[in-house]
Amino acid sequence: MDFLQLAVKTGIYALMAGTLVFALGVVTLKNLFHAALSLAAVLIGTAALYLAFHAEFMAAVQILLYVGAVITVIIFAVMLTEHIAERSILQHNKQSLPALLGVLALLVLIGKVLLKTPWPVNPSTLDARVSVSDLGVALMGTYVFPFEVISILLIGALIGAVVIARKGSHP
Amino acid sequence: MNLIPLSHILIFSLALFGIGIYGVLTRRNIIGILISIELILNAANINLIAFSQTTSLSPETGQVFALFVIAIAAITAAVGLAIVLALYRARKTVFADEVHLLKW
Amino acid sequence: MVTADWIYLVPLFPLMAFVANLLWGARFLKNKAAWVSIAASVAACAVALPICVKVFGGARFSNEFVWLTIGSGTLRFGYLVDPLSASLLSMVTIVGTLIQIYAAGYMAGDPRFSRFFAYVSLFMFAMLTLTIANNFILFFMAWEIMGLCSYLLIGFYFEKTSAAKAGFKAFLTTRVGDVGFLIGMLTLFVTLGTLDFSEINSLLTGTSQARLGMNTGLLAMSALCIFCGTIGKSAQFPLHVWLPDAMEGPTPVSALIHAATMVAAGVFLIARSFVIFMAVPGTMPVVTTIGCVTAFMAAFIALTQTDIKRILAYSTISQLGYMVTALGMQGLGAGTFHLITHAFFKALLFLAAGSVIHGTHVQDIRQMGGLFKKMPHTALTFIIASLALAGVPPLSGFWSKDEILLTAFASGHSLVFWTLLLTAFMTAFYMFRLVFMTFFGKARDPKVHAHESPALMTLPLWALAVGAILLGIPGSPMTHHWFQRFLAHAIHHPEYHPSTFVMTCSVVAAISGIALAGIIYLKNIHRAEAIAKTFRPLYQLSFNKFYFDEIYSRYIIRPFNAVGAIFFKFDVSIIDGAVNGAGTGSLWIGAVKNWIDQHIVDGLVNFMGTFTRLLNSIVKRLQTGFVQNYLLIAFLSFLVFIIWELKLI
Repeated sequence: MDFLQLAVKTGIYALMAGTLVFALGVVTLKNLFHAALSLAAVLIGTAALYLAFHAEFMAAVQILLYVGAVITVIIFAVMLTEHIAERSILQHNKQSLPALLGVLALLVLIGKVLLKTPWPVNPSTLDARVSVSDLGVALMGTYVFPFEVISILLIGALIGAVVIARKGSHP
Repeated sequence: MNLIPLSHILIFSLALFGIGIYGVLTRRNIIGILISIELILNAANINLIAFSQTTSLSPETGQVFALFVIAIAAITAAVGLAIVLALYRARKTVFADEVHLLKW
Repeated sequence: MVTADWIYLVPLFPLMAFVANLLWGARFLKNKAAWVSIAASVAACAVALPICVKVFGGARFSNEFVWLTIGSGTLRFGYLVDPLSASLLSMVTIVGTLIQIYAAGYMAGDPRFSRFFAYVSLFMFAMLTLTIANNFILFFMAWEIMGLCSYLLIGFYFEKTSAAKAGFKAFLTTRVGDVGFLIGMLTLFVTLGTLDFSEINSLLTGTSQARLGMNTGLLAMSALCIFCGTIGKSAQFPLHVWLPDAMEGPTPVSALIHAATMVAAGVFLIARSFVIFMAVPGTMPVVTTIGCVTAFMAAFIALTQTDIKRILAYSTISQLGYMVTALGMQGLGAGTFHLITHAFFKALLFLAAGSVIHGTHVQDIRQMGGLFKKMPHTALTFIIASLALAGVPPLSGFWSKDEILLTAFASGHSLVFWTLLLTAFMTAFYMFRLVFMTFFGKARDPKVHAHESPALMTLPLWALAVGAILLGIPGSPMTHHWFQRFLAHAIHHPEYHPSTFVMTCSVVAAISGIALAGIIYLKNIHRAEAIAKTFRPLYQLSFNKFYFDEIYSRYIIRPFNAVGAIFFKFDVSIIDGAVNGAGTGSLWIGAVKNWIDQHIVDGLVNFMGTFTRLLNSIVKRLQTGFVQNYLLIAFLSFLVFIIWELKLI
């Protein structure tokens, strides 16, 4: 049992590490198409992590929505602007160093806080299984208002996106 | 989920968030920036799921909000890419530092 | 029918004629310009004479209106037709009309015909206004307009330098007197508080207490200053020098302005302000002396002059001296009487002389001679006028001159009496010297072809001749000096019984003068030269007019010129220098200011600009326009916030 746990543990850490590597790829790869594929890899890795948390539905949604829809849209956009994206020109601006230092500082500061903080653990939720019906009840019951707000936001944003992207809406 | 301490998950998501921030700050291509934003949102989602499994009173709350965040991520992608297309059509560029109309 | 207020029309008619001739004369009226002026004069006559007749009947008109209000005081204009102004008014209108009719013939063909009549009408307007003015201010205004007209008409032939200069001289010389008049007027106003003739009369003739408190010194000063006006206008010694030169003007002008009316205005002024002189009797001898000296001196000069008009001019001066003398001896009636009669016969003399000049085109009597047959009307009227002037009874001049002599004799001024008698003798002599040399004897200059003047000119001569003959009657003992009483009824006035002695003296003086002239100039013309040689200094003195012009030129004009030159030099060197210096200084200051402007003020402004630009070039770096820059800054700020929040600092 120890070995299995250790194996799972190691697998999860490896997953996290791989995800982080792909995440680095997302921000550093020159080819934007590759970056988009890296993002897909990151999202898939995240979905795998969700499975480890027993959030199977979320994992499914992650795969369907993100990898299926968002990544498709992104790659579509990359394709549309390909001849620029494909050019082997500088893909990063001049503020890489300050950004890197800032991010490192952020990591150090927040990491320290995270490690110091004694996180309370609710034993009842630990290892609890959340079924799809529970989520549905929560969405339509307790969180129906945010759900509706998000719905309206989604509708408005999609209409707006269509209006903005439409040909001839700009001079 | 007691195999990995919560703090380790949080550090992972923090790293992911930091990488996303770095990408937002350094990517010239606007699509690259959008991708990085997806990373950030994803990091937030990981946090939500992690907390819902360990510290929250009801386990579905985090997942519900994770769903909302995914919806918002989709919105971001849609609107952002529409803006990219419009910009590309208007100025023949997708680089953020070539669009500086707010300059002095 | 004609009410007294119609008198306003009297000066108005000539004024309208003046305006009409001025505006339309040269272009439309042309030769008819004369008729406009004459019609105006006739109309003035027609209005004035009925009113004058009423005044002669004992009436007295006055009216006034407020012309303008100055502070608390008002300036009132109006008319006053009393015996004095009525007699002058009738004289001026009649003589003026006749002279204008004459002028229509005399001036015919002149290129500035209409302008001449415009000026004459303006003069008539001024003279009539002066005559009926009821206060000194209106009087003075009219007086000044007359001065202007005199100047314009003397210099009428301004192409001739001498004419232009004569006009100038007349204007400047009379100005000296006018300034005195003005000062006298103001002094009078200060003393009495009024310039209204009637009010002055009632103030000074009344025996009220007010009169006792009056400042007689100031009053005397004002009287003498007003007399200065007379000296200037009536060409009295020592300001008489302008009148002979004024003969440069057209002859009708000489007759109208410089014999009959304007120069008489000076005498009229004394008569008008007679009460002032009466109030300060100390001023009277001054008046008498000036008049007497003028009368004698002018007559003495006239003895040797050769220009026909100049002789008449000096004669005028002399006769004006007579009048002034009479007024100085309180002989208001006598003086005014002589003024009226003199106006007629002197105007006649001038017009006849003008006729002679018109016929012969010469003015020097040595070139004339034997004109009687060629121009009988002119000669006859001239002789009538000369007899009147010489004082031969029963012509008008005899009666008026006799009055003056009587006044002098009876009031005890024996020196004055004998001087005047001598003057009368000289007057008879020089007048008949003129008559004999002009009209009798042989024609001396073969170039002169005389001819009689047209009827338009001779008819006025005869009309004036009638006046010269008959006008003595109203003031003669035959009518018991009606005229003098009429004039002086308001003023305390000494009356003298006619004296046979004075009359005899006068007649003897006149006859002997004529006879002497006849002996010398009719029988043997060369005797005159012999006499002249015998009395050479006297002759020179007379011929050169007592050297007045030379004296003035030497002792007044030249010093003035010298002073003027000094002032000019002062002007050029100091004032101009100062002005130029100020200019240069301004330029320098301007240059300095310009430098300050360019380098300091502009520099400051530019510095502000540059400084702002400098700051801006630093600060604007933050505003890169790159979204990611902003984002980075926001992120770093967020970091700082975290650091702060975690109390790491």
